[in-house]
Amino acid sequence: MCLSIPSEVIAVDAERQSVTVDTLGVRRDVSSHLISDPLAIGDYVLIHIGFVMNKIDRDDALNSLELYREIVEKMGGNPLN
Amino acid sequence: MLELKQLYQGFRDPTTILSLARDIARLADKLPAPLNVMEVCGGHTHTIMKYGLLELLPSNIEFIHGPGCPVCIMPKERIDQAAALASIDNVILVTLGDMIRVPGSHGSLASFRAKGCDIRPIYDPLDTLKIAKDNPKKTIVFFAIGFETSTPMTAVLLQQAERQGIKNLLFHINHVLVPPAIDAVMQDSQTRVNAFIGPAHVSVISGAKIYRSTVEKYATPVVVSGFEPVDVMESILRLVRQRIEGKAELEIQYTRAVSEAGNLAAQALVNQYFQTRMQFRWRGLGEISNSALALKDEFAHRDAERIFADRLPVKQIDDHKACQCGDILRGLAKPKDCKVFGRGCAPETPLGSCMVSSEGACNAYYRYQGIQKETVARS
Ligand code: SF4
Ligand code: SF4
Repeated sequence: MCLSIPSEVIAVDAERQSVTVDTLGVRRDVSSHLISDPLAIGDYVLIHIGFVMNKIDRDDALNSLELYREIVEKMGGNPLN
Repeated sequence: MLELKQLYQGFRDPTTILSLARDIARLADKLPAPLNVMEVCGGHTHTIMKYGLLELLPSNIEFIHGPGCPVCIMPKERIDQAAALASIDNVILVTLGDMIRVPGSHGSLASFRAKGCDIRPIYDPLDTLKIAKDNPKKTIVFFAIGFETSTPMTAVLLQQAERQGIKNLLFHINHVLVPPAIDAVMQDSQTRVNAFIGPAHVSVISGAKIYRSTVEKYATPVVVSGFEPVDVMESILRLVRQRIEGKAELEIQYTRAVSEAGNLAAQALVNQYFQTRMQFRWRGLGEISNSALALKDEFAHRDAERIFADRLPVKQIDDHKACQCGDILRGLAKPKDCKVFGRGCAPETPLGSCMVSSEGACNAYYRYQGIQKETVARS
């Protein structure tokens, strides 16, 4: 039930405390009542049942992806061989 | 610049998954004892089955499916209460997603709807405000379910109802807490669990700190993990490393959104409206003290459980005799151990809640068994 989905903020409506997000092509309005930091267009957020739960840290995501690239390299490329 | 697609693909990349699997397999030889990892949450069960992670792990690492799904752990009597509320004249019962299909002792909420009760499944709790405004002569009851992840959303709904003076909205609260359920699992004398991966979204709200006591009390490592397959594999690798080094620590793998403290604004909101419930009966785990929430006394005017107390059945009802959901939720059995799995019990005709919830262990096994290898190769 509560799988939270990463989405991108594409519009902000501060007055209504809501933002429009894009989840891989699907757009919808969600509530930003639970988030105290202001949201900006281009932020990545986690959505759960119609609410933004938190921002996703872009640097952290990039660092993790870099770490995985190193693991793959260390394991000698395509491990299927 | 990071793009959303990259974010998804990076954490689902088959080459990375397989590299991590090789790393795990290499280290697992050094494990002093088998690693029995409980994935507390059905979201993880789903990932494990969908991406065939089971098959990628050495035989001394086992997943044990935990009680972490609000749909799976709902005892029949609570569904019977929802059905009783929906049967009262001029009541509209509103609830989230899968809940409507879970069998109670006189049928599911879907079957009550078919009999004419006004029951509305929604995907966003705030939609309830509109239903309440559009139906001023009716009483709207929000059948609230979910772990720490979903409780703040119910709190916002209540806050908005109070602020906007919407009087015809009541709540039936079934919010439950992860740490007491983990305690119940660990205190079972038959438990084999010796490591946990904790669901990231719960800790996005509550912080990683909610597992401190588990780590200390049971000397059991906990890694708070994301839901993508690479997240899960990295979390397993971290658990293996801890075990080999003889450590039991709390780690956050999902640092992309989880902190030690969590979302403080959401926690404050929950504390404003909710108090701990002394007892709550979990499907499969039985009564667990202080394991759920109820509305605070000052919001008694919103509490359907108090207002309709004389109409709500309280008889405790156990599952169909053949159903092994209880053992599955305690980590003592696997879906395939159940005699009716895939025969009497399937997603279209569920006997137990583990088959209903799309994240239930039985449902995940049913849907993905046999296709795991292919999925990894293709995705
Ligand atoms: S509903 Fe699903 S995602 Fe949410 S806690 Fe339960 S199993 Fe996890
Ligand atoms: S297969 Fe069905 S009856 Fe058996 S444990 Fe799973 S949900 Fe319960």
